[in-house]
Amino acid sequence: MARIAGVELPPNKKVWIGLTAIYGIGRSSSQKILKDANVNPDTRVRDLTEDEINRLRHIIESNYKIEGDLRREISGNISRLISIGCYRGIRHKKGLPVRGQRTRCNARTRKGPRRTVGRKKKKK
Amino acid sequence: MSRSVKKGPWVDQHLIEKVEKMRKEARKKPIKTWSRRSTIIPEFVGFTFAVHNGKDFHNVYITEDMVGHKLGEFAPTRRFDHHGAHTKRVIAPK
Repeated sequence: MARIAGVELPPNKKVWIGLTAIYGIGRSSSQKILKDANVNPDTRVRDLTEDEINRLRHIIESNYKIEGDLRREISGNISRLISIGCYRGIRHKKGLPVRGQRTRCNARTRKGPRRTVGRKKKKK
Repeated sequence: MSRSVKKGPWVDQHLIEKVEKMRKEARKKPIKTWSRRSTIIPEFVGFTFAVHNGKDFHNVYITEDMVGHKLGEFAPTRRFDHHGAHTKRVIAPK
């Protein structure tokens, strides 16, 4: 089984796509890695030779920040913004869009499901 | 798009002079400023700025982490009060 960087093993896909199962590797860096490792991108993951897997593993581990390290870096960046109390930090803390998008409507990705705060009806 | 590195950070000239002066006199008191657009440069670390937010001055103590941001990022210009529905009457009816 092809196991690179911990727990990744996507069996029936082409390597080119299979590598993108690793957090931090998308389609373009995947293609670059395969070129550097001199592996045909269209071979299936299960058909990779042990040698090819090792070459890929070597390139990925020495040149790319992936999985846990990458996640840690990203959350570190965010917590830095929050701790210095700048505008972007405040937006992160409040769970609102950070890059100046409108929030009058939409912005549901950041705000999550709608919570209606409509006026309560007066009882007579 | 971000600013070209070649040009270096941009800071209002009068702010630089003010910091320089403060440094010489070794006084530490908030520097009142309207220059929200100025980048925080390493020389500013340890000073306190009173940054205008359009109404009041917001005291900002500069730490090393803040270098590279603009002063205005630390003095919010908007205040969210509340939405109409959350009045006392609604939350606690008699």
